[in-house]
Amino acid sequence: MTDFSTQMLALAPLLILCATVVGVMLSIAVHRHHFTAATMTVVGLNAALLSLLGVLQITPIQVTPLFIIDDYSLLFGAIVLVASLACTTLAHAYLDTLPDRREEFYILLLCSAGGALALIASRHFASLFIGLELLSVPLYGMVAYAYRDRISLEAGLKYMVLSGAASAFLLFGMALLYAASGSLEYAGLVDTLAGNSGSPWLLAGVGMMVVALAFKLSLVPFHVWTPDVYEGAPGPVSAFLATVSKVAVFALLLRFFTLAPPAANGWLLTLMGVIAMASMLVGNLLALRQRNVKRLLGYSSIAHLGYLMTAIVAGGTFSIETVGIYLATYVATTLGAFGVVTLVSSPYSGTDAGALHHYRGLFWRRPYLATVFTVMMLSLAGIPMTAGFLGKFYVIAIAVQSGLWWLVGGIVLGSAIGLYYYLRMMVILFLDEPGESRRDAVSGWGQQSGGIMVLLLAAAVIFFGIYPQPLISLVSATGMAGG
Amino acid sequence: MILCWLLFVPFIGGLLCWQLESRHAPAQAPRWIALLTMLLVVGLALWLWLTGDYSLAGGAVGDAPNWAHQIRLPWIDRFGISFHLALDGLSLIMIMLTGFLGVLAVVCSWREITNRIGFFHLNLLWIIGGVVGVFLAVDLFLFFFFWEMMLVPMYFLIALWGHSGSKGNTRIGAAIKFFIYTQASGLLMLVSILGLVFAHYSQTGTFTFDYMVLRETPLTGTIAYVLMLGFFIAFAVKLPVVPLHGWLPDAHAQAPTAGSVDLAGILLKTAAYGMLRFAIPLFPEASAQFAPVAMALGLIGIYYGALLAFSQTDVKRLIACSSISHMGFVLIGIYSGTLLALQGVIVQMVAHAFSAAGLFIISGQIYERIHTRDMRQMGGLFGRMGALPGFALVFVMASLGMPGTGNFIGEFLILFGAFDTVPWVVVAASGGLVLAAIYSLVLMHRVYWGTPKSEASLGGLDPREYSMMLLLLVLTLWLGLFPNTVLDISHTAMTEVTDWFAVAPLPSR
Repeated sequence: MTDFSTQMLALAPLLILCATVVGVMLSIAVHRHHFTAATMTVVGLNAALLSLLGVLQITPIQVTPLFIIDDYSLLFGAIVLVASLACTTLAHAYLDTLPDRREEFYILLLCSAGGALALIASRHFASLFIGLELLSVPLYGMVAYAYRDRISLEAGLKYMVLSGAASAFLLFGMALLYAASGSLEYAGLVDTLAGNSGSPWLLAGVGMMVVALAFKLSLVPFHVWTPDVYEGAPGPVSAFLATVSKVAVFALLLRFFTLAPPAANGWLLTLMGVIAMASMLVGNLLALRQRNVKRLLGYSSIAHLGYLMTAIVAGGTFSIETVGIYLATYVATTLGAFGVVTLVSSPYSGTDAGALHHYRGLFWRRPYLATVFTVMMLSLAGIPMTAGFLGKFYVIAIAVQSGLWWLVGGIVLGSAIGLYYYLRMMVILFLDEPGESRRDAVSGWGQQSGGIMVLLLAAAVIFFGIYPQPLISLVSATGMAGG
Repeated sequence: MILCWLLFVPFIGGLLCWQLESRHAPAQAPRWIALLTMLLVVGLALWLWLTGDYSLAGGAVGDAPNWAHQIRLPWIDRFGISFHLALDGLSLIMIMLTGFLGVLAVVCSWREITNRIGFFHLNLLWIIGGVVGVFLAVDLFLFFFFWEMMLVPMYFLIALWGHSGSKGNTRIGAAIKFFIYTQASGLLMLVSILGLVFAHYSQTGTFTFDYMVLRETPLTGTIAYVLMLGFFIAFAVKLPVVPLHGWLPDAHAQAPTAGSVDLAGILLKTAAYGMLRFAIPLFPEASAQFAPVAMALGLIGIYYGALLAFSQTDVKRLIACSSISHMGFVLIGIYSGTLLALQGVIVQMVAHAFSAAGLFIISGQIYERIHTRDMRQMGGLFGRMGALPGFALVFVMASLGMPGTGNFIGEFLILFGAFDTVPWVVVAASGGLVLAAIYSLVLMHRVYWGTPKSEASLGGLDPREYSMMLLLLVLTLWLGLFPNTVLDISHTAMTEVTDWFAVAPLPSR
């Protein structure tokens, strides 16, 4: 066991986030000021991001039985922090005209990001549960933040009820596993699972956990909430939901199955394959008929997580690299896409500009913004020259390597279906018949922090699409520490 | 280094066109920039042709091919992917063709495209850039990269500047159909590429996407066959081979003239190039096994395309369907595996590019004058359009394979070369020539002869149109009279392909 100060250093990113939460709370108590709160949040997130560099010197290190800080958790932690930062910049422009308290939003966002960090580093059921709840509970508030809008409130309630049910599943599953193995650590399950893998209680336990996590990842058949919540939530929150919460939960899922490999055996593995397949196909098929960008992106995220589940089914060391690359590219792309939607809807003035006709001819009004959106759509569709292609390349590679031919077929089929709606969305930007009601980004959007962030994301998506070696080197060097 | 210039010039030119539009430059500036860019590409290609020696004797099978130029830079080390461009006779012919048709595409849209000129030329030039990349890449990843990349600008070209078709066929629908067909089949190719790479990895423990290394990979029969099918399907969609041709008539009919010229002239040829360059050398045995099926598909294509062409009422759809028929000959030539037939394939590809481009440009010019592509509304155009019907007659004759035109040389060499190995296929394919004559003459008759709808003159060709037509005509005739110009360049490359076929144990025929 390393000494206390080293352990605290290892937890520094999390601690900095918590301190920022307290700081923002106090500043609101003293003087309520939107810009101050946002700035403090940005500073806190950046400090946490910087502290990762310091932590990198001492990895891997186990901090109490609850957490393991290794390169793996730092990589995904960095993705989460960058995504939170992006959502903060978007939120600042978006919330400016909200006729309510605006500052508390940042507290919720920071709490949620902290939960994500905890979840990624967890190696124990207790930290898993705490992390997951800390991630989800603030999200209820964030989704319903524009509660004067009916659909935002409705989305918040819907998410809360269903998320609560999922948490119950998770707890029940953990309880069953604990009853059978007497251990709350993932690695402690290995012997019990390997010994009597056929035990119905164990399988039920793992199965229930998978159900709960699949709900958070909105995998089919636990996806029904996704489009409604994505549509109802304010733009920056949809972005947060689609990136931070997905990354954290997926990182946890991969760690769980890597540390306790026997958990994923037999029919459970087949079941996850079926879930992956169903998500790819159902997500893409349902997206076809959507008339709302945010719903469309919601369905598209279902499909993308389905592709990524292939890595879990395949397992092995290559899966960490695949998941790392895929999530990094997916996060950049999704943030960009939601970023454009948010910029078009900013500052807040009622329901977000989700309908497709708002985007008609955007290219001729806001050429660079539309170019960014085009790049993001191409990246989601996985066309070369964008980072999304790299992710798709990895997923197909791992599926081919493991001989999962039916999943390969699913990816190819799903991508082909997906093209239809990405392309339709894309071409709408370039049509030039006037729509009835137009909403537009403010004219100086490119000088705002949100605008700069979106432009940078587009540049990154193209850069890593053309020259991915730096990203690959970074991710492939990332190892997960053993139990 | 010159290969990099060849590749990047169109991309840079395209960006320049786009930027010039949004600044307050003269409205015609993007056109001139695009024209200069394409002329530069042609110039570079011609320079390569004049200074290089492409008639080096081919080495034994397995030797490094005689790349006239190559450049190799590390790109993605993790998977052994390199930025590897190389040029031999085959690529050079294709690139010259690409550059030349690129010039035509720019010139023929001079008056047709009036809105968003800069963005149009961005897309046009990026298609050219992607195609040049396809013809130069010898790293499979890089090849796939360009193969997929060129679809996006083509999609925009059809979706944004296309014509809305008849019977509720929208241009966006056609564009999406085109994209989905080609992209989905492209993913199958990606799966095959990865299968091949992992097969190589499991034997040697190193990742590589290099064509030269991968083609040495020993594969068991079934795996090779399946992987070969992945490549074949991707190329078959683009060629197109008949059950997979659904996108082609729509895409051609709805595309603007420049798009049709590029599609028929170059994009279809990337498929034949892919078969010659990748599908056969990477999987010689499997390809030899598959050859009878491929040739049968080619035969079906010849007849089906011709029948389809016959029943069209839309001029551009008719020409598009005739492409299906012509590409059937190319498919038979490729899989017959004799040097003569392969040389014929090259000539046929170049000649078809010229004649199809000519016919598409002419239908574009007719459309500009009478605003329809429906042949039922035409008739009696001869004498009302200056020299245009005369040129049309020449290209129609070329398309039906009249001696003296390049198309005749191509078809003749293919049939003659394949006769040794597959006489019955050749006999059956020759019947297709009759059908070609029928639909070509029907096209001529319906459009230019018959009772005129009115006597008013529709205006002759202006110097721009006239010089385009004249250039194409000269080239078609040149190819028909001096085919050696092309045959000499491609001889070595084709000999290599023949050698690959020859090492494969041929199934009994």
